[in-house]
Amino acid sequence: MSALELLGLCLLALVVLGGALGTVLSKNLVHSVLWLALVLVATAGLYARLTAGFLAGAQVLLYAGGVITLAIFAVMLSARLEGGPIPNDSAKRGRGLLAALAVGGLFCGVLLQSDFPAQGEVAVVDAAELGRSFLGEFVLPFEVLSVLLVAAMIGAIVIARREDA
Amino acid sequence: MSEIQFCLLLAALLFAIGVFGLLTRRNAIGILLSVELMANAVNINLVAFSRLHGGATGQVFALFAIALTVAEVAVGLALVILMARQRRTIDVSEARDLRG
Repeated sequence: MSALELLGLCLLALVVLGGALGTVLSKNLVHSVLWLALVLVATAGLYARLTAGFLAGAQVLLYAGGVITLAIFAVMLSARLEGGPIPNDSAKRGRGLLAALAVGGLFCGVLLQSDFPAQGEVAVVDAAELGRSFLGEFVLPFEVLSVLLVAAMIGAIVIARREDA
Repeated sequence: MSEIQFCLLLAALLFAIGVFGLLTRRNAIGILLSVELMANAVNINLVAFSRLHGGATGQVFALFAIALTVAEVAVGLALVILMARQRRTIDVSEARDLRG
């Protein structure tokens, strides 16, 4: 890895982790959602860096586009229903910090000890190959997933609609 | 440190931050956002290993995971709106009807 590449990776990592901290620590719920959007877009950059271009596009479209829009809608709707801005405070921070340190320490400890094989020259997976995988080897989960998406959308509408509507 | 190891460490830290948010946030939307962070960390792992091994499978699984997360968020936020409508609050510590 050249110095410039390392610098780029470190910048992306900094944005991802800083945005994540903003998401879990911000006092304003809308700010939390926007921090999450930053994390998701930076992750898309990381995917592009890992030569997963199609995934980067899907991440921006689905996550940063779909999920963030949904979350903003939910924040505004529930703020109106609740009658005022939603409190976004945290409770039991000590216990949360302990659990996060335990999980993070465990993972990082294992990762730092393990030896990864040197990265050879591997072929870049392009969208065409992904498409062939989806409609070839993984066609059954692909179809099941489409049914699940329809079920989830109908379920969301049924759950969220008014009783009298 | 190789690129793969760097990405895996980043994902581990992201996951830990997600755990922190999941345990400390009190409103339901904040908890869902933390779950998003954790799911995102998992996806980074999948893509990193896909890069290491050079196959399409890791990216296929990451795409499946993204679609599943979108479905989960849609249903979760619908539940949040339902709770806001019925209880006038989305504080999860207020939802304890099933507590013994």
